[in-house]
Amino acid sequence: MAEAQNIPVGSTTAGQIAVAAESTVATRMSAPPSFDVADFPVPHGREEEWRFTPLERLRGLHDGTATATGEGVKVDVQAPEGVTVETVGRDDARLGRAGAPVDRIAAQAYSAFEKASVVTVPKETVLAEPVRIAVHGQGGTAYGHQVIELGAFAEAVVVIDHTGDAVLAANVDYLLGDGAKLTVVSVQDWDDKSVHVAQHNARIGRDASFKSVVVTFGGDLVRLHPRVTYAGPGGEAELIGLYFTDSGQHQEHRLFVDHNTPHCKSNVVYKGALQGEDAHAVWIGDVLIEAKAEGTDTYEMNRNLVLTDGARVDSVPNLEIETGEIVGAGHASATGRFDDEQLFYLMARGIPEQDARRLVVRGFFAELVQQIGVADIEARLIEKIEAELEATV
Amino acid sequence: MATLEIRDLHVTVEADNATKEILKGVDLTVKQGETHAIMGPNGSGKSTLAYSLAGHPKYTITSGTVLLDGEDVLEMSVDERARAGLFLAMQYPVEVPGVSVSNFLRTSATAIRGEAPKLRTWVKEVKETMERLHMDPSFAERNVNEGFSGGEKKRHEILQLELLKPKIAILDETDSGLDVDALRIVSEGVNRVRETGQVGTLLITHYTRILRYIKPDHVHVFAGGRIVESGGPELADKLENEGYEAYTKGGASE
Ligand SMILES: Nc1ncnc2c1ncn2[C@@H]1O[C@H](COP(=O)(O)OP(=O)(O)OP(=O)(O)O)[C@@H](O)[C@H]1O
Ligand SMILES: [Mg+2]
Repeated sequence: MAEAQNIPVGSTTAGQIAVAAESTVATRMSAPPSFDVADFPVPHGREEEWRFTPLERLRGLHDGTATATGEGVKVDVQAPEGVTVETVGRDDARLGRAGAPVDRIAAQAYSAFEKASVVTVPKETVLAEPVRIAVHGQGGTAYGHQVIELGAFAEAVVVIDHTGDAVLAANVDYLLGDGAKLTVVSVQDWDDKSVHVAQHNARIGRDASFKSVVVTFGGDLVRLHPRVTYAGPGGEAELIGLYFTDSGQHQEHRLFVDHNTPHCKSNVVYKGALQGEDAHAVWIGDVLIEAKAEGTDTYEMNRNLVLTDGARVDSVPNLEIETGEIVGAGHASATGRFDDEQLFYLMARGIPEQDARRLVVRGFFAELVQQIGVADIEARLIEKIEAELEATV
Repeated sequence: MATLEIRDLHVTVEADNATKEILKGVDLTVKQGETHAIMGPNGSGKSTLAYSLAGHPKYTITSGTVLLDGEDVLEMSVDERARAGLFLAMQYPVEVPGVSVSNFLRTSATAIRGEAPKLRTWVKEVKETMERLHMDPSFAERNVNEGFSGGEKKRHEILQLELLKPKIAILDETDSGLDVDALRIVSEGVNRVRETGQVGTLLITHYTRILRYIKPDHVHVFAGGRIVESGGPELADKLENEGYEAYTKGGASE
């Protein structure tokens, strides 16, 4: 049922690709989820959930030394008619209902944020235009919290765009009422120095469908933790991710889908391209099918394309199944090099080296880009990919 | 008239931390309109010659010259050689995941022709060429060589040959792995290109079988990294009857 393929590097030995050994969801966390930062020890780096992350580049987010500065980040929400946008204080009852922080930085963010944004789409409201949330770093440190809630049968697309220079830790809650449909596109298009650590908690109502698109390009260190749980049967989650990891960047995506409810679906596809010295991408895909989650249908996949020597990928798919009464479950992880033979073949047909690389990378991402379903984001993404390729090749 | 001139070509590869000379002085001239068959035993260096002409980075030219119409081919990058009119149909075509055949062909034709082919005529050209090679139209949407059978890969190579219309075509064991029907279809494709009189063909093969379909003007026996005998089509008949033994005695093939 579970299928794992790890294909490191094809035929070449250059380039470091480590496909780490599997471990289980249960042993992965060093403390149970909690809203209180004090419940988590300061990580030293050898813990399962921290072992890939360069702690020294977290700018103190993990050990309590990062203090929020006044003008950390600016959050601007543009919403079409019918949507309620509020800025609320810490004690608002609507915060934290989609899931508790699972690591020290998420708990730190929850313990330290001052204002939260709450975006509400009332029941049965179908938005014709996306809600656009611009999170712009202004050179400071910030802790954030956002809630996006859809009432029953509401439908919305939300684009969260991260730009500028910031050190940011945040939690984002997505609450989907019964039959609601939410697409969230989170773009990490930070300046080079930024550090961004966030936990995304989605709680999917009965027969609701959730599509998360995570696009990570920028930043010095980005560590995201998209998590999904189901509040009723019939829920569907589609988690799509694209990352382009450049020289010196650390981009880490740690997914968790908790099939805690019968007859739900999840489909995870993350693809990343890496280029340059010390580009490091980490992908952890944890899927847990609990004993009570009969009729679960899940598949997760991570693919990486290593364009140059010196880049490193750690890809760890992990599927834990507590019941045999399921529709399907599978996972796959593959890391391949854009190898010299492909380059030679394309060039032997007259295609210049730059164009050959572009062709392959575009092809690699194309299928995912088409699934985003937000035209301006798709266009921007293609432009970004091109720009990334121009920059270093 | 286009001419490829290979003079005293020596080529080495790095293997197991040692430098190994594979080509030991190859001399050959191929003119537009001519077909040369190069026949030799396994491991004699036929593919090495083909790859070296195309510019594969694994092969180091230690001495000799290769000129195409007087231009120094060895100075050119791989893509420049292709644009100058060299084409290599590979013995083992490479899979390129994520890149569709149609996108690949168009990108390649654009590079070789120096401008994007007109969409309407191009689509028709590709479709008709594929039909003649008995390739299902669905191949256009598949990724380059990915999951293709051996025979499908070879047809795809000849499809490119027909579309790109090179001055000099090097066909490295295009016949290997083909059943009789596929061999005929592929050979017909090669012959269509030859009949234009615009291409010089270097047909590399181990077996004489393909020469029933593609009639060479010259036959060369390749052994031990060089051409050891040249002649007309009758030389192929001799090889058919006697094999390579006469040329490989004393380890000449190594
Ligand atoms: N990249 C390489 N690395 C190491 N050795 C190589 C390499 N390429 C070729 N060789 C060696 O050079 C010799 C000639 O190989 P080549 O592939 O050119 O032979 P061939 O005549 O094409 O054989 P075949 O009929 O099997 O296709 C062989 O001994 C082979 O092992
Ligand atoms: Mg060969």
